[in-house]
Amino acid sequence: MDKWEDNKAWFLVLPVFVIVAFSAIIPLMTVVNYSLQDIWGPGQRVFVGAEWFKETLSDHRLHDALWRQFLFSGMVLLIEIPLGIMIALAMPKRGWGVSASLVTLALPLLIPWNVIGTIWIIFTRPDIGLFGAAINGLNITFDHTSSPLDAWITLMFMEVWHWTPLVALLAYSGLRAIPEAYFQAAKIDGASAWATFRYIQLPKMRGVLTIAILLRFMDSFLIYAEPFVLTGGGPGNSTTFLSIYLVKIAVGQFDLGPAAAFSLIYFVIILLFSWLFYQALQNVGKGEKNG
Amino acid sequence: MGLRLQNIDKIVGRETHLKNISLEFEPGSRNIILGRTLAGKTSLLRIMAGLDRPTIGKLHIDDRDVTGISVRKRSIAMVYQQFINYPSLTVYKNIASPLKIAGLKRTEIDQRVRKTAAILHIDDLLDRLPTELSGGQQQRTAIARALVKEADLLLLDEPLVNLDFKLREELRIELQEIFSRRKAIVVYTTTEPAEALMIGGNIVVIDEGRILQTGPTSDVYQNPATIKVADVFSDPPMNYLKGVVTADAMRLGHGIDIPLYGHWSSLKVGQYQFGIRANHLFLTRTSEAEVKIRTTIELSEINGSETFIHVNYDNSMLVIQQNGVHAYRIGDPITLFVNPHYLMAYNEDGLLAASPSMKTATGTNVGNVGDNHGEH
Amino acid sequence: MANIELNEIAHSYLSKPEDEADYALKRIHTVWEDGGAYALLGPSGCGKTTLLNVISGLLTPSQGRVLYNGKDVTALSPEKRNIAQVFQFPVLYDTMTVSDNLAFPLRNRGVPKNDITRRVDEVAEILDLTSFLKKKAAGLTADAKQKVSLGRGLVRSDVAAILFDEPLTVIDPHLKWRLRRSLKQIHEQLKLTLIYVTHDQMEALTFAEKVVVMYDGDIVQIGTPQELFEYPEHRFVGYFIGSPGMNFLECAVDGDMARVDAMGIKADGIKLDSPTAALARQATGKLELGIRPMYLQLSAEPVKHGVEAQIKLVEDQGSCKIVSLSLAGKTVRARLPEGKPVPGGKVWLVFPQQKIRLFDDGRLINKTY
Repeated sequence: MDKWEDNKAWFLVLPVFVIVAFSAIIPLMTVVNYSLQDIWGPGQRVFVGAEWFKETLSDHRLHDALWRQFLFSGMVLLIEIPLGIMIALAMPKRGWGVSASLVTLALPLLIPWNVIGTIWIIFTRPDIGLFGAAINGLNITFDHTSSPLDAWITLMFMEVWHWTPLVALLAYSGLRAIPEAYFQAAKIDGASAWATFRYIQLPKMRGVLTIAILLRFMDSFLIYAEPFVLTGGGPGNSTTFLSIYLVKIAVGQFDLGPAAAFSLIYFVIILLFSWLFYQALQNVGKGEKNG
Repeated sequence: MGLRLQNIDKIVGRETHLKNISLEFEPGSRNIILGRTLAGKTSLLRIMAGLDRPTIGKLHIDDRDVTGISVRKRSIAMVYQQFINYPSLTVYKNIASPLKIAGLKRTEIDQRVRKTAAILHIDDLLDRLPTELSGGQQQRTAIARALVKEADLLLLDEPLVNLDFKLREELRIELQEIFSRRKAIVVYTTTEPAEALMIGGNIVVIDEGRILQTGPTSDVYQNPATIKVADVFSDPPMNYLKGVVTADAMRLGHGIDIPLYGHWSSLKVGQYQFGIRANHLFLTRTSEAEVKIRTTIELSEINGSETFIHVNYDNSMLVIQQNGVHAYRIGDPITLFVNPHYLMAYNEDGLLAASPSMKTATGTNVGNVGDNHGEH
Repeated sequence: MANIELNEIAHSYLSKPEDEADYALKRIHTVWEDGGAYALLGPSGCGKTTLLNVISGLLTPSQGRVLYNGKDVTALSPEKRNIAQVFQFPVLYDTMTVSDNLAFPLRNRGVPKNDITRRVDEVAEILDLTSFLKKKAAGLTADAKQKVSLGRGLVRSDVAAILFDEPLTVIDPHLKWRLRRSLKQIHEQLKLTLIYVTHDQMEALTFAEKVVVMYDGDIVQIGTPQELFEYPEHRFVGYFIGSPGMNFLECAVDGDMARVDAMGIKADGIKLDSPTAALARQATGKLELGIRPMYLQLSAEPVKHGVEAQIKLVEDQGSCKIVSLSLAGKTVRARLPEGKPVPGGKVWLVFPQQKIRLFDDGRLINKTY
């Protein structure tokens, strides 16, 4: 649909171009610039080609961090998506319960990310934390600062607590958009609750679930603040995810070249997987449209 | 104000929505655009309004080229299929909104809002919000908002299609009266032949983005230039009987021979499709000239005042329209009478070759909807 | 299949209804026969969908009982009542094929596989869906989708009734009559109890053997299409059926003459036959004379029993003309066949006696059939 007034409208778009240029294009080009050079002082630089990329790709610690990252994101999706759907299904459909449950769900989403880390540090401390002390009181040793497994459990708990509400809210909005007639028809057809879910609710939620999966994948793949505050990547390297490792290289070791190459690879991975998820979910839909 | 569309094409992506549309609308004229769903009616209206820009072609208002001029700078009003009102404004404020934007004085706004609301019988609902109204009242509000502007061009895009049957009937009558008192060019799109006939004026029959025929509405109804026009401009559908014309007679269907006289004496020898409207098929003999067809009933439909009987003859469906409400059973035998006087002959290219009132036929392919036939 | 009895049904959506106006259904008391095709006809807000939901079991009425074949089902859910319903918009299981959609209600009830295949094929045959069976339901056109929804109702051989809630709303106008024909044929073949809700008189009158006209939460008449047209028992039925609807003129009866209020004393008035006039003289409420526009006769010359009127507007509808006339300051509409010349200006209107209906406070008093 083309609308036109005159060309003045383009001036209104100009600020966006400027913002995008400063926020995305220029930084990205800077990173590309760093990734291709070795810089050891102002004005002292050498073009090194793909060397930093080669070095980064053969870095074992990076491989470990990458697998750790996939494991983490995979677990996040496997837990949060079904859990979010379940919560959405259990939520009331009308009355005062709707707003009450919506507000309760939204609370974790409103807390700043680094505060969340701090909350959970305190919550899980074996000496004074409500959770940590309680568990240890049951004679189960639980300490996320020393046991990698405990660190992971804590992180997963934190992540699930923080972000499942988002999935639940999206799923809930999808569920509410299904016309009542579908449920009436299912009742009349004698469909079980499972069949109703499988053949009506799930297909009708596909759109919002696509968004939920993409958002949760990208977000969890980029996770930084919470594990940094909670575990700092430890114990050992057990919770050193890609972003934490990247910061270590860039800020800790000041290896700008490899860090830039790493960033670009990181970026490409996220782009690739987001695209794959998107395509996969679109194809599920296409099958239905063209039959 | 006069409006002229010149060789307009509208292409979106790979799809041609409109092709070579040339039309002219005179000041104060009433115009129908008739076509089936997706024929291009809305696309055409949007171009007239200036909401969309034609891919090719020009739009003139009083000989001034307005092709690229924003809708905001034109004097138009539009009513849509959906009931579109500002949900947070009362009926009064909804109707007043175009006048407020135009910067009129408050006393004048008040006077015009109340007058327009009275015409549409919503003067006692002015304090309500649109959500507190029925569908009919919501559409009345939308129509009032369009009328209050007193724009030069009033566009209505199937305004009654989403209303209850009886409401549609009432509003149709009221709209006729409202239009007759306006100086604006009224352009009204519809899929329904009966609605087109009621609004009267001039008609543009379109299909697949192309103009099929233009002219005064009743003339086009009497003389649909092609089979396609006849199909679009008939409800119940036009009936067709295959026939052959020889030097001195014509033969319909299975061996019904009729001597050539009247409007088909000029027909050339050849194959024809003979069209006849449902109300010209009778169940009792009304004249000597009528030919008899025996068949069985496939379905009878009742629309409230008429009964439509569907029958199968010679592998094509025929519909008979009968006044009043009557009961028929599917499968019962029935005899119907065809009065050859009402037949319209279409040649093998689907073009009208003869009709009872052919002398007044004005069907052309590229239209001039110029003359203002404001009856009543 | 079942006969359906509605026993003193009333329903309010409010928890504490106070007066009549709070009730969506006022007092519904009627029996519908097994194997009948019924249409519930009325304007939006008349309670027809509420009544449908009461019959299907989606809604439990505030008062009264619903009986299927004499058995009280008021408290039973829709699936226990064994009814099928077709909704306004096609309701399909998008991810399934047409064949799976049709089989779904049977699978849920644990019907043996062979029977399912046989029933699905039969129903697909009736509805002309055989060539679509392998296709995904989501890719079909609106009318095919609606046929699939209908098929899910037909596929169960034991279904008590099939309910339709304005099922043709989304169907393209020139395809509607085919679906109407399918519905009628299905009814003739299978003799199921069918209940069809609509605001469109064409659909109701075409589909139903008996039309149930609803107005403001009440049933105002149950009758065949002819009965509704010729003998509307309530003025609302006269208005609602027919287009344009029946003409109504408030009048007073003096001897055998019905005089429209503002008519001068010298005017003859409208001549009634003696039995009708006798009934009219006993009327106690507001007396109105009703006549269908198609029965009014126009004459350019003064005629016996003709009443003077002025032509205001002539609308050409193609197959007929609708003439609006002013009769003693009131609007009357006449429907003339195509080709009949319409005189201009002053005319004389003839009201054929056997077509005159009289209404006392909105109720028909000369019901003579």
